[in-house]
Amino acid sequence: MLNELTKGIFKENPLLRLILGTCPSLAVTSSLQNGLGMGIAMTFVLLCSNILVSLTRNIVPGKVRIPVFIVIIATFVTITDLSMAAFVPDLHKSLGIFIPLIVVNCIILGRAEAFASKNGPVASALDAIGMGIGYTLALSFIGSIRETLGNGTILGTSLFGPAYQPFLMFILPAGAFLTIGLMIGVMNWMENRKS
Amino acid sequence: MMNDILVLVIGAIFVNNFVLARFLGICPFVGVSRKLGDAIGMGIAVIFVLMLASVTCWLTYFYLLQPMKMEYMTTIVFILIIAALVQFVESVIKKIAPALYKSLGIYLPLITTNCAVLGLAILNVQSNYTLLQTVLHTIGASVGFTMALVLMAGIRERLEYADIPPSLRGVPITFVLAGLLAISFMGFIGML
Repeated sequence: MLNELTKGIFKENPLLRLILGTCPSLAVTSSLQNGLGMGIAMTFVLLCSNILVSLTRNIVPGKVRIPVFIVIIATFVTITDLSMAAFVPDLHKSLGIFIPLIVVNCIILGRAEAFASKNGPVASALDAIGMGIGYTLALSFIGSIRETLGNGTILGTSLFGPAYQPFLMFILPAGAFLTIGLMIGVMNWMENRKS
Repeated sequence: MMNDILVLVIGAIFVNNFVLARFLGICPFVGVSRKLGDAIGMGIAVIFVLMLASVTCWLTYFYLLQPMKMEYMTTIVFILIIAALVQFVESVIKKIAPALYKSLGIYLPLITTNCAVLGLAILNVQSNYTLLQTVLHTIGASVGFTMALVLMAGIRERLEYADIPPSLRGVPITFVLAGLLAISFMGFIGML
């Protein structure tokens, strides 16, 4: 049971080991705050859709399961989108188009298909929480690297004082690709060294 | 008028390149950029589906959802339209052009989960584009996507002969390369 929860954090980290959900992870990680916000939104949708998919797994016929999954996911994404617009408008604005795009994030459909449609609601919820934490941690880590190097701040607080010349490239698109590519490389290196 | 058209199309191809500046459609960009032939096939399939999907979504939004005050249903309706459309296109091509189906077939199901399709449809209605602007923006976006994919495939074919550190082989080096491509695309920013 505990394994369902912890596997998503390092061993099967959705972003850095399974290479799923890359589009938002490149786009929203220009600061720690955005990365964290996206991770939490994503975890919420994943948790709700995993539980509902698992509860309905014996009712939904196999042939139409993918469209049903998509409707379930899209419903929770809409709920998240509207609540974020109401309660955290600034964050909603800076994440922009990537909130509705959670629908097509392969992590959620992937977990629904590979895990929740075959397991009970409790295991599915734990799986979702584990994967969500793993994704949020990865996004926050990338976000803090990019914000520190590219802007010299963390969560908006200046780190190095006014003399620091920000490495601007890191908050631009190019920096996103370089940071994530090198981080996946580091993860591979750690894995290779273990075996 | 001519100027606006140029700004919209060229802007979507170079300055706001879908893959390298907006980060939409990264999965096929990493997955199908190993061979030049595959990249071109995927690019053509994407141009086709993007055009159909963004025009259909635009019409649905402005003639169905907006008059009925149901804008909050946008995400659900759009994703269903796209999924149905891809299925439809797949069966039509299979029936009338089996040869084309054979070369495009494997890419079509992949496109449903391509966030570029949904992303473009949402961007078009959010920016309140007219139908003509939507069509032009779609042309620019899909040509830009195909160009990035083909460029990447060309580089990756060369990479086969390079001596890459083992941990960076495959996906990581592709991201680093995309980063370098994005840096070179930054040169286009001053163009408009």
